[in-house]
Amino acid sequence: MTVPKAIAGPSNFIDERIGAGNFMKRNLRKVFPDHWSFLLGEIALYSFIILLLTGTFLTFWFKPGMEHVIYNGPFDPLKGVVMSEAYASALEISFEVRGGLLMRQMHHWSALLFVAGMMVHMLRVFFTGAYRKPRELNWLIGVGLLTLALAAGLTGYSLPDDLLSGAGLRITQGVAISLPLVGTYISFFLFGGEYPGEDVIARFYSLHILLIPGILLALISAHMVLMWVQKHTQMPGKGRNNHNVVGAPFYPAFMLKAGAYFMFTFAVVAGLATFFQINPIWAFGPYTPADISAGSQPDFYMGFLEGALRLMPSWEINLFGTAEAGTLPLSVIIPALVPMGIVMTGLALYPFLEQWITGDRREHHIADRPRNNPHRTSIGMAAITFYGVLWLLGANDELAANFHISLNMTTYIGRVMVFAGPVLAYMITYRICLGLQRSDAAVLSHGVESGVIKRLAHGEFIEVHTPPDEDIEAHMRGKESIPEIPAAEDADGIPPKGMRGPIGKLRAKMSQTYGGEKIPLDEGHGHGDEHPAIGEGDDDRSLTH
Amino acid sequence: MTRITARRHPLARYAVLLLALLLVGGAYTLISAQSSRPADAAIASGKVDDVAEGKSLFQAHCSSCHGLNAEGASTGPALVGVGAAAVDFQVSSGRMPATNPGAQAPRKPTAPWVTDETTKQLAAYVQSLGGGPTIPGKEQVDPALGDVAKGGELFRANCIQCHNWTGAGGALTKGKYAPNLNEASPTQIYEAMATGPQAMPVFNDSVVSPEAKRNMIAYVTTVRDQKDPGGFGLGRIGPVTEGLAAWLVGIVALALAAIWITAKKRQKS
Amino acid sequence: MTDNGHEIEQPDDRVPKRVIGTPDSGASMLEASQPQVDDGDVPGVYLPDEAKANKAEKIVALCFTITFVAAIAFIVNYVVFQVGDINSTAVSNVALGAPLTVALLGLAVGIVVWVRQIMPKYNLVQERHAMVSDPETREYVEETFLRGAKESGIPKRPLLRRTLLLASAPLGLLPIVLLRDLDNAKMPASKFQQELRHTVWGRKTKEGKPLKLVVEGTGQPIRAADFNSPGGILSVVPEGYEHDLNALAKAVLILIKFRPEEIKSGTNLNWTHDGIVAYSKICTHVGCPAALYEQTTHHILCPCHQSTFDAADGAKVIFGPAARPLPQLPIGVDDQGFLIAKGDFAVPVGPSFWERGDAEAKVRSTGGHA
Repeated sequence: MTVPKAIAGPSNFIDERIGAGNFMKRNLRKVFPDHWSFLLGEIALYSFIILLLTGTFLTFWFKPGMEHVIYNGPFDPLKGVVMSEAYASALEISFEVRGGLLMRQMHHWSALLFVAGMMVHMLRVFFTGAYRKPRELNWLIGVGLLTLALAAGLTGYSLPDDLLSGAGLRITQGVAISLPLVGTYISFFLFGGEYPGEDVIARFYSLHILLIPGILLALISAHMVLMWVQKHTQMPGKGRNNHNVVGAPFYPAFMLKAGAYFMFTFAVVAGLATFFQINPIWAFGPYTPADISAGSQPDFYMGFLEGALRLMPSWEINLFGTAEAGTLPLSVIIPALVPMGIVMTGLALYPFLEQWITGDRREHHIADRPRNNPHRTSIGMAAITFYGVLWLLGANDELAANFHISLNMTTYIGRVMVFAGPVLAYMITYRICLGLQRSDAAVLSHGVESGVIKRLAHGEFIEVHTPPDEDIEAHMRGKESIPEIPAAEDADGIPPKGMRGPIGKLRAKMSQTYGGEKIPLDEGHGHGDEHPAIGEGDDDRSLTH
Repeated sequence: MTRITARRHPLARYAVLLLALLLVGGAYTLISAQSSRPADAAIASGKVDDVAEGKSLFQAHCSSCHGLNAEGASTGPALVGVGAAAVDFQVSSGRMPATNPGAQAPRKPTAPWVTDETTKQLAAYVQSLGGGPTIPGKEQVDPALGDVAKGGELFRANCIQCHNWTGAGGALTKGKYAPNLNEASPTQIYEAMATGPQAMPVFNDSVVSPEAKRNMIAYVTTVRDQKDPGGFGLGRIGPVTEGLAAWLVGIVALALAAIWITAKKRQKS
Repeated sequence: MTDNGHEIEQPDDRVPKRVIGTPDSGASMLEASQPQVDDGDVPGVYLPDEAKANKAEKIVALCFTITFVAAIAFIVNYVVFQVGDINSTAVSNVALGAPLTVALLGLAVGIVVWVRQIMPKYNLVQERHAMVSDPETREYVEETFLRGAKESGIPKRPLLRRTLLLASAPLGLLPIVLLRDLDNAKMPASKFQQELRHTVWGRKTKEGKPLKLVVEGTGQPIRAADFNSPGGILSVVPEGYEHDLNALAKAVLILIKFRPEEIKSGTNLNWTHDGIVAYSKICTHVGCPAALYEQTTHHILCPCHQSTFDAADGAKVIFGPAARPLPQLPIGVDDQGFLIAKGDFAVPVGPSFWERGDAEAKVRSTGGHA
């Protein structure tokens, strides 16, 4: 069959002008590996597109003004109430524009999925070591994307100027003003004077619809281009190695699967927006700094900051006594900066830290199974626990009210768990990883239980074991030993360069702990000598050693 | 002297006596109408029996914690001066008699002896001890007569910090909580504001007028029955449940979709 | 568990091919059947069974048709269902959202069935090349770079180089300089912190009288004699500023009525009137209204991060992250018995900032009460 005229015509047009044929030749059948966890990043990508589409709709009606108007719309409980123009326009979108509420809700739900999708995608990349060379740059871009998404969310949900998001705005201002030396300047510049001022909603608007999406778009494009050029990582398996990619071609298979996932994401967002109410601003009332509701929380991705602010004990230092300088409100500065700092800095530096410890400068295109790098996995779980405790405590008043726990007790428990939790998580995860590695080794050397019981001639019952299927075996055998940096002293007692001094010794210790093969895959002995022939009493029945 | 020769009705003397009583009683009521002695009001309105009945109910069900004369005890505060409104609120919502000592007394099904009648009697007795806020009339609490928008403004200024925007309730310290307002009747809402039950502060009628209270009642009753136009309300407590839904519904659904798209049937070699 | 203690057996026919982790294969409509061997043309491409593919095509067609119908339904519903009050909005939301969801789902499911059952299974292999460019290229680039640099003259012309850097530095600063007027304040930046030290309570009315305390929401002034129920609170704003959010952000008060014997030493009695005490409602942690009040314990609780203040004892902090007590406002009554402010707060209200200094200690050292 030949290419239909309708397609051949335009293709020819383009090829004659930009040489598209060369690009097509290289990329039409580009191979993409297949694993469900590789689609998680697409949740974020498609949510972003949905945000752009629904957001554009909203900009046609939203007015980012803080001037007072008197509400004259159809929602009776607010009739005659004084409110900002921004709030009134958000009410108009909700109640007077067909599809307005749906678009508002789709916008907010897909914002939540945007961040949640980024988080699960980031965790997948972390736990499989896909951030290693050559993908460190892409990882850094990802950390930047996550931070920008938080900013986009904050500026976005503050736009309707309702009593819930306004409380968050006040906290943002309180945090800004607490920063040493520059706090008052930042607050006055951001709000155009004293809080709340007349400018901040309009300024957030331009940040939210122009500046941040612009940078996001550029970074997302860079992220995609890098992934395209470097090719996606793949899970270890049959026929796969560090020098190939095995999977389905971009055209037509991967293209269609990606398109289908786009439709799924869109459908989930639409379904949530149809059947689950989100951000009912009419119930909150317009923002005034004089009022606040019980159960005020920010959107989930800010929850960990909220929890940190709640857990922190009272602490303020006046460096210069009563002089008009030197006040350090540590009960604000520490929770606002430290957890976020630890998480974001830790994320950004991890690929380089790991390289420093393992000395591994090779390219990696095969994903690690999380169990095969137990320290990395344990660090990840500890970080998740740290983040999770803070996130959970951000809702401690709702927990206290709904589950009848003393509010003060939740704070005390949180203060302990934020330190004890990650340590516990690390230890438990590490043992679990080792256990899983042992189980893999056992399967490889002893086979899989087949479920068939056989009775031997002398009366003994055994369960027949079969070798694992080829692709499973290949998947398991993809385990790589984690590199260690040699730290042995030479004949003169001098350790190698980079391993000297206190830092060098620390590095050596960490390298030894992190690297190596904790549980060898093959047990390194043949089966003939260990398992005697039928009939002889054998007491070695265990599959694990 | 002219002798009255007309015959009197045999019951005439009683009729005169009754008329005299009524005249004297009516005059007394008029004169003492300015008095704020509710016990007299109870007597004047012929409800003397309520107070007596209430006293025996009190001694049977309340005195073990509140003292024989409501003077208070280690387990319960004094009730002199709390008023009929407080009794009506606490008893009709089942909070009193309290059964479990805890951070606070929750709303619960009323005790078997509690009826409209017995509540009224108990309230009359406590009112007779030292006055206090009285039970509001039906018109005073009728939501249809209240201004919902004005009520909302007052509600947001004074109430939502404990009870939440839509009256969903919230946490206080050390195990106490501000309950949700879904089951409170208009009368109970009025009474709670006027009497400040347990940890709740008092909003008396002179600073928050009865009309303002009625507006707030109108707002609360409107909002709690209001439809959620966006779908299932998720408890109307904001981002906590919304975030849960995003993860438990959204991400889970998409993870399942991803697994379906990429699932391979194992190829038998 | 038992072990056969023998070599791994090769499976015979009685041993089902069971593999770890995957459930038993059921005859599910949505699962592909045994793939045929590659079609000879392209290795690694396994075509599905034609009959199964045809059946699948019908399912896919059904899905796409559902999408078509749902999209039309959306358009029809948009025309039919109006909005304008809360109930019609609720109906419209479902009337538009449900067809949209169904339409998108139809496409999604249809495409997935198409890919899984009609399109082949793939096992294509593509080679990766190391990302790093080959040595010849690197050398060429290095040489070209150096040659070009030499041609540009920069290495040999320090005057050119240095003045170029000199030129770009202030140019780069211009965008930052342009942002100076963001504060709209037309005052030197060092004066910002002065603004934070005063609230409108220090002002007088047009007639020169002190400001009355008015109820937030009604704007009514408050007679001290009316606010006479112990355990009562009110949210209070300055008269004339009921809708001025900038003023409210520092001036809103929580007014509490105590029995006089309940008040402890931390509270400045001179600033109370007949057991009525006024505190700033702005929490000293990060500025949320500290608005919850427990009558029984006299605790003021801020709902944001649970800072707790003892209102009977000068609103000092007893739990939570706040580091300073809520400032107390001096109040009195005017000649008609209405509550008025006798002056501004003695310390800055709200969250702490660098220039605040230990204002409470300063007040105490000059004989005041804080």
